[in-house]
Amino acid sequence: MSGIFSDFTLRTVAMGAAFLGITSGALGSFAVLRRQSLLGDSISHASLPGIVLAFILIGTKSSLVLLIGAAIAGWIATLFILSIIRNTRISSDGAQGVVLSVFFGLGLMLLTFVQSKPNASQAGLDKYLFGQAAALLPEDVRTAAIIGVITIICMIFFWKEFKLMSFDPVYGESLGFSARLTDIMITALIVISIVTGLQTVGVILMSSMLIAPAASARQWTNKLGAMVTLSAIFGAISGVLGATLSSLISNLPTGPTIILCLTSIFIISLLFAPDRGLISKLVKRYRNRFLFSLQKLLLDLYYLEEKHKGTSHAHDMKTISLIRNRQGNIHIALKTLQSRGWAEQTTAGLWKLTAEGHTEAIKIQNGGRNDS
Amino acid sequence: MSDLKWAIEAEDITIAYNDKPVVWDVDLRVPEGVMMAIIGPNGAGKSTLLKGLLGLIPLTAGQVTVFGDTYKNQRNKVAYVPQRTAVDWDFPTTVLDVVLMGTYGKLGWIKRPGKNEFFKATEALDKVGMREFADRQISQLSGGQQQRVFLARALTQEAEIYLMDEPFQGVDAATERAIIALLKELKNAGKTVVAVHHDLQTVSDYFDWVTLLNVRRIASGTIKEAFTPEILKKAYGGRLSFLEDRNGCPDTLEE
Repeated sequence: MSGIFSDFTLRTVAMGAAFLGITSGALGSFAVLRRQSLLGDSISHASLPGIVLAFILIGTKSSLVLLIGAAIAGWIATLFILSIIRNTRISSDGAQGVVLSVFFGLGLMLLTFVQSKPNASQAGLDKYLFGQAAALLPEDVRTAAIIGVITIICMIFFWKEFKLMSFDPVYGESLGFSARLTDIMITALIVISIVTGLQTVGVILMSSMLIAPAASARQWTNKLGAMVTLSAIFGAISGVLGATLSSLISNLPTGPTIILCLTSIFIISLLFAPDRGLISKLVKRYRNRFLFSLQKLLLDLYYLEEKHKGTSHAHDMKTISLIRNRQGNIHIALKTLQSRGWAEQTTAGLWKLTAEGHTEAIKIQNGGRNDS
Repeated sequence: MSDLKWAIEAEDITIAYNDKPVVWDVDLRVPEGVMMAIIGPNGAGKSTLLKGLLGLIPLTAGQVTVFGDTYKNQRNKVAYVPQRTAVDWDFPTTVLDVVLMGTYGKLGWIKRPGKNEFFKATEALDKVGMREFADRQISQLSGGQQQRVFLARALTQEAEIYLMDEPFQGVDAATERAIIALLKELKNAGKTVVAVHHDLQTVSDYFDWVTLLNVRRIASGTIKEAFTPEILKKAYGGRLSFLEDRNGCPDTLEE
């Protein structure tokens, strides 16, 4: 890989994507925890008409001009969403959905209109739909880096406020902090980070850059600081990997490639995370069930032996299965009891409880009685 | 009565959601050093009134003073304990971290909690019997433990007035006893406690003052003055049919 990164374009692209991944990953943690995932999606879709309008009005394809257009459109969309929520009975997801589709529809319409014009200068605007990292210039990377640094400095300074207002905004207000101010700060940072990512990832998938790394990071940790850091790392890795792949393979759009890398990280996190992962949950559930059935078997043996006091204590497997309600093989369960020293097999192949098994059964029985 | 000092004086409080009044023209005076329950049927505006007092929702009309000054100037003297269910307990943070949030108000913007704040938070956790849970992830707490954490968070504010929204909602009996013991301790230290409460059976055991609310203020005063069958019937309508005889509290309220 080190050979690849000596290529100037590739290095630019990788660095740009890395800065983008760090910024959006770190910020995305707050978006996810504040349940604003859809807001990011609305803002990024809504920035499309801003890009096209900026091109129509100013007539340049300079990325700075187009991105300022995008930021203005994104901010207007946010204000629309907030005022719809405040002034109507439409719920927040409804408001976001409406604004997203209206703005994006408008953007697509304007884009089609511009592209139908004969002059060729509009070529390349559609790159903003899915992103084209190969078109990144060193100054774009510098902008991404500066914005990344500003975002992270803001987060460090206002860490306590961001945490408080994400966890319990009402209580935070009772302490004298302004929910409005922190809302504006976090949303503004989200808008800015989305806008910086538009060139690389595109309007359609940009919001995943916020959400996917954060949702993955949440799986691995229970600490906010660790979640934000991990999310930034996931964002950076996917950014670099996706941008590099799309630069090496022609006609591979950058946005979808980065998002596929993120999706892989997310799936791995969803399945294999130690505590919240699906597999660990399944294992835990299965283990509990097995433990419960072991206890049940121990008690069954105990009752069986109590009933036949004085006679032979040992029973064959068939008798034992007969008194059990549960069907299925009890061979493994008996073997496990044996390995724990709670049951033993006589020379005739019959099963009986050991002294420890007897005490254990009484313990379980008493425990059960105390609980009920 | 004339020697009472008022911790909270609220006049003509009206709060409306979408033009529908939830709290209508309520006067509320809380004397310093009492434990007051705010009771009333569901939808009576109890939590709303509490939030209105705290300036958490805009008042349509009326004004609130705390120790004779505006709430804004006296904010540091008031601690709020929101309903336990108001937050997402799956938030990635620890018990100690949540309790530390109580110290944020005095710290103000940007400044971070230091040694002193950590000490206060640990002390508060000790008081609610949760010290060994300091590093526990909050998603692993039971309802009662969540409520204790919220109370500990309010304790770190070292306030004069504690406003609590349903502190006994869905908590275990041991926690309820622990909380009430703590509140009585606060009262003995001269603090004022106001709690939205819904268990009429325990009102006279736990509190010495009571306000009955059903959109309007039905009554307010000491338990003896305001917790009478007639007034309860007025607040709850004819729907009450329980109440055993306890400390001179009414026995039945059936129609």
